[in-house]
Amino acid sequence: MRIACPHCGERSLDEFLYSGDATVKRPDFAGTTAMDDFVTYTFERTNPPGPHRELWYHAAGCHAWLVVTRNVSTHAVASVELARDVALAAKSATKDSAS
Amino acid sequence: MTAAPIGYGRQSNRLASGGLIDRSKTLHFTFDGKTYAGHPGDTLASALLANGVVLTARSFKYHRPRGILAAGSEEPNALVELRDGARREPNTKATVAELFDGLTATSQNRWPSLAFDLLSINSLFSPVFVAGFYYKTFMWPAALWEKLYEPLIRRAAGLGRASDDADPDTYEKATAFADVLVIGGGPAGLAAAQAAARTSARVILVDENAALGGRAVDDASEIAGNPAHEWVKMLEGELSRNPEVRILRRTTVFGSYDGGTYGALERVSDHLPHPAPGAPRQRLWRLVAKKVVLATGATERPIVFGGNDRPGVMLAGAVRTYVNRYGVVPGQRVVVFTNNDYGATTASDLVRAGADVVALVDSRPEISDHVYRITNETGVRLISNAAVTDALGKRHVTGADIRLGDGERIELACDLIAVSGGWNPNIQLTTHLGGKPVWNDRLHAFLPGAVPAGMSLAGAVAGDLTLAKSLAGGNAAGSAAADESGHKAIAVPVPTAIAESDAVTPLWRVIGYKGKAFVDQQNDVTEKDIALAEREGFRAVEHLKRYTTLGMATDQGRTANVNALAIMAELTGRTIPETGITVARPPYSPVALGALAGHHRGKSFKPTRLPPSYRWAKEQGCVFVETGLWLRPSYFPRPGERDWLETVTREVNTVRNAVGICDVSTLGKVDVQGAGAAAFLDNIYMNGLKTLTVGKCRYGGMLREDGILMDDGTVARLGENHFFITTTTANAVKVVQHMEYCAQWLWPELDVQIVSATEQWAQYAVAGPKSRALLQKIVDPAFDISDSGFPYLGVGEITVCGGIKARLFRLSFSGERAYEIGVPARYGDALIRRLMEAGEEFGACSYGTEALGVMRIEKGHISGPELNGTTTPQDVGLGGMVAKKKDFIGSVLGKRPGLVDPDRPSLVGFRPVDRSARLRSGAHFLARDARPEAANDEGYMTSVAYSPSSGHWVGLGLLRRGPERLGEIVRAYDPVRGADTLVEVVSPVFVDPEGGRVRG
Amino acid sequence: MMKGQTGATGRPHMTSTHYSIFSVLREALRGHTGWGPAWRNAEPKPDYDVVIIGGGGHGLSTAYYLAKNYGPLRIAVLEKGWIGGGNVGRNTTIVRSNYLLPGNIPFYELSMKLWEGLEQDLNYNAMVSQRGVLNLYHSDAQRDAFARRGNAMRLHGVDAVLLDQAAVRKMVPFLDFDNGRFPIHGGLLQPRGGTVRHDAVAWGYARGADRLGVDIIQNCEVKGFIRDGGRVTGVETSRGLIGAKKIAMAVAGSSSRVAAMAGLRLPIESHVLQAFVTEGLKPFIDGVVTFGAGHFYISQSDKGGLVFGGDLDGYNSYAQRGNMPVVEDVCEGGMALMPRIGRVRLLRHWGGIMDMSMDGSPIIDKTPVDGLYLNSGWCYGGFKATPASGYCFAHLIARDAPHPVAAAYRLDRFATGHAIDEKGMGPQPNLH
Repeated sequence: MRIACPHCGERSLDEFLYSGDATVKRPDFAGTTAMDDFVTYTFERTNPPGPHRELWYHAAGCHAWLVVTRNVSTHAVASVELARDVALAAKSATKDSAS
Repeated sequence: MTAAPIGYGRQSNRLASGGLIDRSKTLHFTFDGKTYAGHPGDTLASALLANGVVLTARSFKYHRPRGILAAGSEEPNALVELRDGARREPNTKATVAELFDGLTATSQNRWPSLAFDLLSINSLFSPVFVAGFYYKTFMWPAALWEKLYEPLIRRAAGLGRASDDADPDTYEKATAFADVLVIGGGPAGLAAAQAAARTSARVILVDENAALGGRAVDDASEIAGNPAHEWVKMLEGELSRNPEVRILRRTTVFGSYDGGTYGALERVSDHLPHPAPGAPRQRLWRLVAKKVVLATGATERPIVFGGNDRPGVMLAGAVRTYVNRYGVVPGQRVVVFTNNDYGATTASDLVRAGADVVALVDSRPEISDHVYRITNETGVRLISNAAVTDALGKRHVTGADIRLGDGERIELACDLIAVSGGWNPNIQLTTHLGGKPVWNDRLHAFLPGAVPAGMSLAGAVAGDLTLAKSLAGGNAAGSAAADESGHKAIAVPVPTAIAESDAVTPLWRVIGYKGKAFVDQQNDVTEKDIALAEREGFRAVEHLKRYTTLGMATDQGRTANVNALAIMAELTGRTIPETGITVARPPYSPVALGALAGHHRGKSFKPTRLPPSYRWAKEQGCVFVETGLWLRPSYFPRPGERDWLETVTREVNTVRNAVGICDVSTLGKVDVQGAGAAAFLDNIYMNGLKTLTVGKCRYGGMLREDGILMDDGTVARLGENHFFITTTTANAVKVVQHMEYCAQWLWPELDVQIVSATEQWAQYAVAGPKSRALLQKIVDPAFDISDSGFPYLGVGEITVCGGIKARLFRLSFSGERAYEIGVPARYGDALIRRLMEAGEEFGACSYGTEALGVMRIEKGHISGPELNGTTTPQDVGLGGMVAKKKDFIGSVLGKRPGLVDPDRPSLVGFRPVDRSARLRSGAHFLARDARPEAANDEGYMTSVAYSPSSGHWVGLGLLRRGPERLGEIVRAYDPVRGADTLVEVVSPVFVDPEGGRVRG
Repeated sequence: MMKGQTGATGRPHMTSTHYSIFSVLREALRGHTGWGPAWRNAEPKPDYDVVIIGGGGHGLSTAYYLAKNYGPLRIAVLEKGWIGGGNVGRNTTIVRSNYLLPGNIPFYELSMKLWEGLEQDLNYNAMVSQRGVLNLYHSDAQRDAFARRGNAMRLHGVDAVLLDQAAVRKMVPFLDFDNGRFPIHGGLLQPRGGTVRHDAVAWGYARGADRLGVDIIQNCEVKGFIRDGGRVTGVETSRGLIGAKKIAMAVAGSSSRVAAMAGLRLPIESHVLQAFVTEGLKPFIDGVVTFGAGHFYISQSDKGGLVFGGDLDGYNSYAQRGNMPVVEDVCEGGMALMPRIGRVRLLRHWGGIMDMSMDGSPIIDKTPVDGLYLNSGWCYGGFKATPASGYCFAHLIARDAPHPVAAAYRLDRFATGHAIDEKGMGPQPNLH
């Protein structure tokens, strides 16, 4: 498997570490359902057989966290984004919808 | 003069001319101790055949005599131990072992000799030893399985013997990138490489053999009106002059992997007596290609008949290879048995080589013009609509039993039966990524279905079984691949070849044979075994394989699987595709483990990280210890000290009474900067850090999100927006990864930058009552390190030794007044020398991880054994540090009932009731009178040390409700070391519980 | 032990149904024509008392123990492909009970005991071979961690021996004792550990269950659950609707997919674990050896192949194959540990899909859906667990209460903070 790091270019699997599902969002610690929310966030996974948005870390490269969209049945990589960009976009979207 | 050894120099089956061997040089080799001669260009198999050696091996289960079936890596029978001593290579296929002068080979799996093998008695019991018989027997009495039955089975297991010694050769790993990777150097692959290379594309051409050309050369075909080998030579010249082309010969692409990555093994030195100085034996390639042209050809398949495993039964294509490539005629009187036109061409080659072709037995009732033309030209007797039912003979073929179309049987004397049952395209590399092959009804073979992204097919593997179609297909695939990789194609003319027929009338097995008919020759799976599997319900192809072991041998059933599937289809009345498909797993042909490991063995298995004081410590005679990848000073023995304990005790006493110096550079160090740094750290530490003022340090702990302690260390605030943190040695990398995760993914809005500085700073602990006095000697006078100017938990950026930039931290792990001083790593060696020199007047000593460990245990500080990924802050006595109101990683889940259960084992100290007793970590705690059983298990000892300060052993451990049980006597139960010690539960702090000493 | 049956040809003939040396010899005299199918290829009936989804080792053993211990029950095993095609057919065949935590040890020890009596129980030789499992240690800290584990095992009545370097050298003299990057200091040995012929386990349980009347239905894929209110009442399959009073999932590798049909999200990720076998060699490795300083463990099969494995590839996957970095990593471990295997050749490597749970331990529990039972999360410990998994799952299904040795394997243990985390890696499935 090869992953195209937005900073470093296409690199072999050995340079990256995998961390898991990128679709779960860390809940609000002060919410009334915080405990349930954190249990769901930390332990439950959809684990779908097809396309999967997931976090990878360019450990032997630039140390960027990446959101990789990959088909887990074929290992085909569809897209690679910087996790920071994805997270910032999500936060601004949340802010927009709140305002 | 001594008599020449038997077999020497005869080469009775070698043709006077022809083939691509170099007759000007003679190479000598031995097989089973006898010396023979061959020539450069030979394989071991061709040289054995040249010398008339047909018996090469014994079969796995029945120990039947076996010869040479094939001429390539699909060979199931002719496996030998190649070389000897430390270089012994078991199960080497004689058909791929290139001959070199002095080669030694030994037959396997026979005793006492190949010709006379006592275990061939197994053949007598073959009615019992059918597929799956193990599963039905050896069950009574149960005790005999381990004592008798299994040892007997294991004695019979395996073929060759692994070397007894470490492999003396080296291996390399390399990666290469290509626009177009062409796999296979036969006619299709060469045409593809030529077409691709005429563009500006970067091309890699790989072939598993020493010489390119594939079947075109094996079959002595004509290309563009010339012998194929001349066309090959011309093309090789063109390709090798092109700087964008790399040709990898003797290289097998063994696996397809994700992302256009292919694994390949180059046998750099296997054709030599031993690797040249500095050269590897083999090189493992990762080939990364935008486009791949797969031109792997096809493997001829046998026809299953009685005695089809006798030495002297050979695939027709192999016969032609031996004749045309090696100038060896493997038999003098030959019966050719076929179901397609290839048989006639084989007969023609044999006649040309001077062999007596007794008959061409063609199973087809309707015979093609091609066959008639050849039999007319050569005068070979054509027997159509007939089949060879049995090969006769024992240790070699002496005749063939033939059933004619009218049912009549005739027997023909012969010493070679050449068999062609059609061709199976070599589709393995298309199936490794899950591509399912599809059955082709015209060719009666599986062709690739879905192929890996970027791959195209050319030649036989694409179903183009004739030379003309291979050349055209290769040319087109090469052009297209170059074009698709961004290199504009240029039209390259396709060379011409003579028209052939690829028609085949399937014949998988012959009915009415007398002997044993083998489907998988290497694993001794017979046609009857398949019938038995069918009868017992093992009809799914995977059940068939697993029950009978079909296709599980070193050839992965390359000459067996399709026949087996066809037989199962006939037995169950289904079509072949309904019955199943054959998918292969990598590697395509077996790969030496040494090559897959490369240089990662011995001391080079993993990198060794050396701390900055390493060289100095080594000069002192230090004993080092592996700590992860680090080699850390463990203790510094001095002359006259009897054992490590005496040394460590002296080091501890020196620190507690004077001053000691320890290299703590291996601790993780992370620089954290930015306007959001303080808020960021507050999010990831369990304790509050917002109140940490500039110039101060604080001890901190990080949790995982599930509320379990992840790491501990110190946080120093060097500036408003500048922090410097330390982690444990073990977690240095992990913590940086975690912090990056938090910064980039969880809190991207915070302005914070993180960089690991572990290797940038050499850091020494200077500990003991005289530590300040020592430091005073090297810290530049401009800096005040008095207790008032630089109190406990202070931090400052200073200079030492006349202007060297340094950082000073007033931290203590030992419980004494202590500092950590950091300098840029390049000064690490100089600093340890300067510190030791400065410390001489105070009686300073250096100390290592052992003394460090003793002192932290004496102080009740936690370390690796307590930070084991299952403990909470409360478990290890840090509950008070946990912030109550802020959000931080782990803040919510740390409150789950299971984690705040007061029954959890918690940290306390232990001392032996008998003060002379030794403690050991890993002992479990039981109440004093409790029986040693699981229900009474109350925790375990995590860390122990002989405490010089206490004068006896002390321990830390996790005991159920430990802190409530101070003063209680419990058992430290350690049956695996035969110990059972009464210990008293005490406070985990054994030295200076008030903590006065650290403040000075 | 012979009974008349009507064969596929319509002619009555005698079939041998009991396996022994005597039946084998008798059949040898008549060309083995008297063997019948090891199990019936059953057609689905409209409904059952219990439908077990998954014809792997765990599904088949569940069916066997359910029929044997709690029958008579009408039981079906539904397998989407061929039985034994999942991880029971693609593992490294090791059995052991050398666990650390009280939630695990009794369960795996029950499994060991069941292995020890399996062949006589099933009348099927699965070649349970107790030649020992040796875990090497390379530092004082590792030794003490093994001592803690060995002591825990002994407290549970499990065999454990802590060996020093000399004892290890005597057992496996060809390890790299003198030039290793990480010196071998000793090992923790479980003498009763060993290997079992993996495919035979599936076949033996299938045959045993079949003889107790269980319908084993191959090529029958479950497409959905039929629900009546909060309760499941059957499954939609590729071969029609099948009703059931109780439905049990034993589909490790596909647990999330099947559970999703019932609207459940599990604490599981699917990961690929590769396994490796070499060409057959004359035996020189007697038991199982595990390298403590690299990702590598090895044994040698009764056919002579070295069977070995290492770490997960590390990324979510439903493809039964891995990639080169782990292939190389594992072989590096092998060469570091035993440099004599450098010229031994890798014959095949393949991958299996693991249900990696959030703490590395399995789940045997009821689900929030009435009538639906879950057996999953086996990580890479599933094969050795096969007998106890079926035994305890059968108990749960029949009694609606957990078997005592599997009581810790609750689905809600993550919510309550009772993870069973042997490695201390936390909720990061690829690190267990």
